[in-house]
Amino acid sequence: MAAPRAPLHLVTPVWNRGTRGTRGLSRAVAPEGSQKKGRSLLQFLADRFYDVQALREYLLRKQVLKVHQKNRPFTYIRERFGPHAAGAYFILKQGGAVKFQGKEWIRSDARGHFSLDFLKFQAVPVEAVDASGCAINYQGLDSVLALKELQSLWLQRCPHVDDWCLGRLHPLANSLQELSLAGCPRISERGLASLHHLQNLRRLDISDLPAVSNPGLTRILVEEMLPSCQVLGADWAQGLPSGPEEQSRDTASPLPA
Amino acid sequence: MLRRALQPGLSRGVLGRGLGTHRGRSTLGKVEGSGGYRGSWVAPVSSYVTFRTRDPTHDGKTVGRLGEGDQNGKVSEIKKKIQSVLPRGAWNPLRDTSYLPPEHSDVVIVGGGVIGLSVAYWLKRLEKPQGAIRVLVVERDHTYSQASTALSVGGIRQQFSVPENIQLSLFSVEFLRNINEYLAVVDDPPLDIQFNPSGYLLLASEKGAAVMESNVKVQRQEGAKVCLMSPEQLRNKFPWINTEGVALASYGMEHEGWFDPWCLLQGLRRKVQSMGVLFCHGEVTRFVSSSSHTETTSGEEVTLRRIHEVHVKMDRSLEYQPVECALVINAAGAWSGQIAELAGVGKGPPGTLQGTQLPVELRKRYVYLWHCPQGPGLETPFVIDASGAYFRREGLGNNYLGGCSPTEEEEPDPGNLEVDHDFFQDKVWPPLAQRVPAFETLKVRSAWAGYYDYNTFDQNGVVGPHPLVVNMYFATGFSGHGLQQAPAVGRAVAEMVLDGHFRTINLSPFLFNRFYLGEKVQEHNII
Repeated sequence: MAAPRAPLHLVTPVWNRGTRGTRGLSRAVAPEGSQKKGRSLLQFLADRFYDVQALREYLLRKQVLKVHQKNRPFTYIRERFGPHAAGAYFILKQGGAVKFQGKEWIRSDARGHFSLDFLKFQAVPVEAVDASGCAINYQGLDSVLALKELQSLWLQRCPHVDDWCLGRLHPLANSLQELSLAGCPRISERGLASLHHLQNLRRLDISDLPAVSNPGLTRILVEEMLPSCQVLGADWAQGLPSGPEEQSRDTASPLPA
Repeated sequence: MLRRALQPGLSRGVLGRGLGTHRGRSTLGKVEGSGGYRGSWVAPVSSYVTFRTRDPTHDGKTVGRLGEGDQNGKVSEIKKKIQSVLPRGAWNPLRDTSYLPPEHSDVVIVGGGVIGLSVAYWLKRLEKPQGAIRVLVVERDHTYSQASTALSVGGIRQQFSVPENIQLSLFSVEFLRNINEYLAVVDDPPLDIQFNPSGYLLLASEKGAAVMESNVKVQRQEGAKVCLMSPEQLRNKFPWINTEGVALASYGMEHEGWFDPWCLLQGLRRKVQSMGVLFCHGEVTRFVSSSSHTETTSGEEVTLRRIHEVHVKMDRSLEYQPVECALVINAAGAWSGQIAELAGVGKGPPGTLQGTQLPVELRKRYVYLWHCPQGPGLETPFVIDASGAYFRREGLGNNYLGGCSPTEEEEPDPGNLEVDHDFFQDKVWPPLAQRVPAFETLKVRSAWAGYYDYNTFDQNGVVGPHPLVVNMYFATGFSGHGLQQAPAVGRAVAEMVLDGHFRTINLSPFLFNRFYLGEKVQEHNII
């Protein structure tokens, strides 16, 4: 149902300024037309009737539970076939792709089906994981963190990957060489600060992160933090007023008001 | 309502105070005066608002205290009263009293900061059946201008020495991580508490290295992700640190960092309001309680007190409302000691349980914000030096927040929140500049001061009921780490209230009894 989805929509309106007029913000991101009308009718009713409010809360709760269900751990597969197979199964179930060492990419098809041949691999480590667009969240990262020899992790456009998840990536510090976070709506510069544990990282993609307040400055700071890593991100001059070229790129910006 | 208004002396309950039930004394705002004027039915000649009261010491005939009891006086009183009822009189039965708290409430929480709101949230969440308990939160300053929550630096860590503190902090981190599931309100945007998962770095000198190792062992047992680093590893990881004098460092890898406490406060407020908790903008000035004497098993006489009413005085007014309540939760933060005194905690000969006061007092702490252009970068954790000075990164522009706790002798006067800038020059800057050489050149941008609800006994929180004032519960005294334990403490107090014992985290070492028994739960890692 479209109505309860709006509060959890991609672009998170910031609440902590204490603004109440944020309905306008969510309207900006919700699709227009009949959905908007239907949503405001339900809102109108929810403001006046406890039953409708309870119904909306229930629908919201169901959505959250759906994401939890998608991120459940597969303990049986882990015990029987090992952590690599369990991690691969988890990613494939979410709709991503996995590459074992020395093998080809395994992807699930459009209907979500995939072959279970990889369960026969004995202790072949997973080398690369492509979880782009998957509904992986903090709990689901358990399965990924068990892949001790992971070299490449792509988390592009994952709607539930946030700063807390980035703080969890440090066990992969020994092996991880490539990380892509492009387009994740919940990642901000605060989560990027916890990437400095990943000392073996060689390629990092932090382009197109809508929640980062100052993309150009953030890219500079991340490059300073990870000196041997190539960082793909916003242009350094982004956000600076267009002026003469001699404008110094001083990292000391004035205090936010 | 009209009938009731015309029979002022009709009181439904038992007359007088201190006897049995106090039901039926419906009062609608009382004015404390120096005897005499208690408010009456007579239309006042001045422009004051008429107060309707029902003084239970009346009998049915007299109206207010002005009547002398003789026939003529009474007739003129009744005449004046009728005049006020007729149109153009000063009597207004539909006076708006929405600013007053309700006359009855099951639980009254004194203090609307993060601890008080957390207790209110968990009470409403854990109550069975839903909607059974009426909760009132009394907060005297709605701008939170002096509240410790709003002025806090906002850090959260698991690096404590007491296992209960570690458990409280772990649950609170889990709460913050899933804050949009716990505090979701339909149609309101999700909360962004701006958590920085950068971790805490505690540095220890030679003297403290052994204690730090044993602390880390306890922390790891409880489930915190902490790693120990030698000075060599520290230099590799953070090249801007000067490791001279550092023997060992403990670094929290996960679940540690800092966040925006104001956002948590507003999120709790909004959720708690949607759950039906009432808020009152007022100050608690009095507790009306009754005592009963019992004998302990050893034959000693003890006096048990039970609070029946809380008098809530309105802001900038003499008007107060007595709120009849079953429980009072003292979450008043730095002012909890005063609230406990009002309730009669500590009124007795020193050395006895009656005479044990709540050892929570105000302590002023300074926080300074400075700018250092060559300072540490994005990876800077919350660094706590062995000397007690601390700092953390603030934002992306090379700004840092930091401070230091003064020693007992240098405690500043907590009468106001003025900042002492010399304290930074003398006590904060030298150790930080020695630890981080880049801080030799810095410029202080601003500073503020806030209060710690400092527990002078052992710097840990007080949670749970008082043994003698049987319906007062404490949730205070956290001495600087209250914000990071607030969600878990709220749940513990709610469990204590609803079930009578702690269910998830056992906080029995934090009960009030320890002040009398002398059992200190000393926390070593206090900043």
